[in-house]
Amino acid sequence: MKQIFVDYANACPVDERVFEAMKPYFMEKYGNPSSHIISKGNEALTALDESRKTVAEFLGCESFEIVFTSGATESNNLALKGVFFQNIKNCKHIITSSIEHFSITSPLSTLHRDFGVKVSYVPVDNNGFIIEDAFRKALSADTAIISIQLANNEIGTIQNIKSLVKIAKDFNENIIFHCDACAAAGLINFNVRDLGVDLLTISATSLYGPKGVGALYVRKGVLLKPILEGGFQEGGVRSGTENVPAIIGLAKAAEIAKKEMSQRISYLSKLRDRLMDGIEKNIDFVHLTGHRTERLPNHYSFWVEYAEGESLLLMLNHLGVMASSGSACSSNLRAKDEDELIASPVLKAIGVPSDICTGSLTFSLGMKNTEENIDYILEIMPKIVERLWQMSPFYLDRIKGHTPKLTKADK
Amino acid sequence: MADGQGPYSQKVMEHFLNPKNMGEIENASGIGEVGNPSCGDVMRLYLKINDQGIIEDAKFMTFGCGAAIASSSMVTEMIKGKTIEEALKVTNETVAEALGGLPPAKIHCSVLAQQAIEAAIKDYKEKKGK
Repeated sequence: MKQIFVDYANACPVDERVFEAMKPYFMEKYGNPSSHIISKGNEALTALDESRKTVAEFLGCESFEIVFTSGATESNNLALKGVFFQNIKNCKHIITSSIEHFSITSPLSTLHRDFGVKVSYVPVDNNGFIIEDAFRKALSADTAIISIQLANNEIGTIQNIKSLVKIAKDFNENIIFHCDACAAAGLINFNVRDLGVDLLTISATSLYGPKGVGALYVRKGVLLKPILEGGFQEGGVRSGTENVPAIIGLAKAAEIAKKEMSQRISYLSKLRDRLMDGIEKNIDFVHLTGHRTERLPNHYSFWVEYAEGESLLLMLNHLGVMASSGSACSSNLRAKDEDELIASPVLKAIGVPSDICTGSLTFSLGMKNTEENIDYILEIMPKIVERLWQMSPFYLDRIKGHTPKLTKADK
Repeated sequence: MADGQGPYSQKVMEHFLNPKNMGEIENASGIGEVGNPSCGDVMRLYLKINDQGIIEDAKFMTFGCGAAIASSSMVTEMIKGKTIEEALKVTNETVAEALGGLPPAKIHCSVLAQQAIEAAIKDYKEKKGK
């Protein structure tokens, strides 16, 4: 059976070139960069320095502004907790949005619960854009940190970070602006100076690099209290022997992404448009989530009335297509009980009614996908949806007065 | 449950992909519709019951996840040919067991199946009482 992976927002295969670049650092160049007096260590340190330079070039900053971490979650935690603990007394208020990743909202909940920090969750509109008026109103003399994502991995919407940074800095230039750019890195062109942010998170996985490695851009002059303390690696901001092979992988992935960005964007957006047009044309009761054009080029997300997300995912998977869903039922199948099943807060935030939004589906495409893949998905999707509709009591009630069109499946 | 096919047992997947007794019964003797507000699942069970109180036919329509659809399918199989008293003895545990087990977070889907039987039989008794 065909295996079609269209869940690149959650995992990417490692690019062969990245894997090749990493290989020597496991068994040959295994030195510890901190032991750079000896040759093995110096070899590793040199490679680490070069990687830092490459990642800095990818983000448009200086090498010393890059801190390597274990990935997006650590970078986000370090950004928020690092700034907070550096200046607890003056950090009374943090602003974020209602559609951030758990690696932003969980540490913020902790800072609120344990330290009494006020956290404002700025709402988004139906397209997933931060409502600028609400953002302006949230700003106060106490605001110390702002954290807003560049793009959303569930609905694909790309924020106008530049404009939000300007609003914030015009209000108070001392506010620290952090941006989680994980979902966007490698898929849209940006650089940290142009965005104007103080801190920015990327991870290697979304760049066809290995899992378990990421970076935090820390603008010169921004001080962070470390979360991990020890041997003073990464300028003391992030102790722990550097994961050299993974960092080499991140750098190689960033180098390739920078070089091939425009090719990727045109290839992926063409495939995405083919998928989006096909589904919208051939299936009734489909609703796009996120903005139609200001979205990641590889990203198509929607929900279908009368069809439930986990069932859609299971049937797609049964036919070899691996996607993702924001439905409560598919949220955490290993949960201990049903209370741990929560529908996507992102869908709720963009105003999808919670009783019908259970049918959400996200296709995030990657460089291994082909036109044939898309055509196969377009062939099976109407049949799957129709099958679930046949089982659905709501659909039955609906069709008693209304016959939907299902052109492709009718053939 | 460990068949390498994801979180569900093979039995659940069989009933999900090829559900038994899916559809509507016109002029059903009893209809039970139950829902789970936490995840939005809704199960509608149709029963055709003869004068001897035997369930001659059972069909379902369900909006929900894989476990909800499989539980619906399984429960219709389990109660067909049974008397209403026997059918009322079907519990969520026996449904889950017949499905080869359900993940803990999905037990509520089999509870829904048990509630659907109770609701359909209640509806039948009410209609009959008229």
